Amino acid sequence: MGLKTPLYGLHVEQGAKIVDFGGWDMPLHYGSQIEEHHAVRRDAGMFDVSHMAVVDLTGGRSREFLRVLLANDVARLKEFGKALYTCMLNPDGGVIDDLIVYFVADTWYRLVVNAGTRDKDLAWIRSHAAQFDVAVLERTDLAMIAVQGPNARRKAAELLAPAQQPAALELKPFSGAAFGSWFVARTGYTGEDGFEIMMPAADAADAWRRLLDGGVKPAGLGARDTLRLEAGMNLYGNDMDEQHHPLESGLAWTVAFEPLVREFIGRAALSKARREGCDAFVGLLLEERGVLRSHQRVLAAGLDAEGMVTSGTFSPTLNRSIALARVPRGTGAAVQVEIRGKMHAARVVRPPFVRHGKALIEI
Amino acid sequence: MSNIPTDLHYTKSHEWVRRIQGGAVEIGITDHAQGALGDLVFVEVPDAGRTLRAGEACAVVESVKAASDVYSPLAGKVVANNAALAAKPELLNQDPYGEGWLFRLETAADVGTLMSAAAYASFLDDESK
Repeated sequence: MGLKTPLYGLHVEQGAKIVDFGGWDMPLHYGSQIEEHHAVRRDAGMFDVSHMAVVDLTGGRSREFLRVLLANDVARLKEFGKALYTCMLNPDGGVIDDLIVYFVADTWYRLVVNAGTRDKDLAWIRSHAAQFDVAVLERTDLAMIAVQGPNARRKAAELLAPAQQPAALELKPFSGAAFGSWFVARTGYTGEDGFEIMMPAADAADAWRRLLDGGVKPAGLGARDTLRLEAGMNLYGNDMDEQHHPLESGLAWTVAFEPLVREFIGRAALSKARREGCDAFVGLLLEERGVLRSHQRVLAAGLDAEGMVTSGTFSPTLNRSIALARVPRGTGAAVQVEIRGKMHAARVVRPPFVRHGKALIEI
Repeated sequence: MSNIPTDLHYTKSHEWVRRIQGGAVEIGITDHAQGALGDLVFVEVPDAGRTLRAGEACAVVESVKAASDVYSPLAGKVVANNAALAAKPELLNQDPYGEGWLFRLETAADVGTLMSAAAYASFLDDESK
């Protein structure tokens, strides 16, 4: 018996196969993971992401605190509602978690962190927040629904009062705004347009039913994983963890080394790794039949060191297997991956594999 | 509840066996197994001519979620395999006891040593407890 979101009963009612995810009883799929995947790429799907932790930070020194806590720089957030994707590092540069931070107000930031890491994240955040007089409040009173797909924003906006809809539809990518007790953000984890909506837990079931009536298809964690992998987005625990830093996890773009005077946690370790060089993080496309899976060995011609698949799956959009992998520097365009004792040819590619419904990789 | 045809024989690893003409058997995975695996995306079947021991891992069925071995329920020689699954692995989800068959085996073994439909149904019951 795991933790349950306010939508658990509806998932069961809709025939979901329930699995444990980070201690939560969550829907894996509602019948067909592949159909759910296609619904998000072609129309609109919705995910219950209420298991993720919403953490509000308030206090006059919140910005100063986050500029130390996070590897990306919240000073880049100039307008209220803007969001930033970032890693939270330990002093060795290892990734404690990846998260999204929203600039809600001058003295108020909102973090959305992973469910499986919530306890250690909160302990880490609290251990550093005190010296900045920043209050840390976990918003267990909120549920969150992600509505994703080319028609997602239009369908999800109908949940709002008619007077609120234009403002929601005008939100720029990676921006959010409060609508009464709801917070609507144009963010997601699928490579499609859409909203992530935080709302009081009591509103969630009604919102889910109305989305369902509006033709939005429920989608489970299975489709969430194939969608994010096609979109080239990392999964915490697979593609990065405390033993690996962002530079060897394909996340160098999320680290703000400038300005040089900003002393964020992990900076010294990352600067050293940057000077010395590190493994590369790449996409793989399997040239043959089969399915790439995490922990498979990746071998490159002329290199003794081995790489490893960190996330792999079958891509429903490409109808081929794709993966993210950490490989030695100098790995060429063609590699071999070991699947059940046999070597299979794979091509090194640059993620994302799919964005906005379109394949970005030539098959 | 999953579908368990009464005219077939079953294993604890969720394969089914159907007697066909000439002392051969047809083998596949059960409705319960395909349901547990989810959408199948890759199926590898044994080559014709291969000799299998009872319990030998001889095929792989892979869903979006995970790969699973299929074990030969009986000893024998593979006389045919279902080539259609290479292009349409979803046949295994759609019709596990028909178009989703995996391979055919020439065997001298007695299918009576395997579970009946009733025995398999109660085995699934116990497994889910």
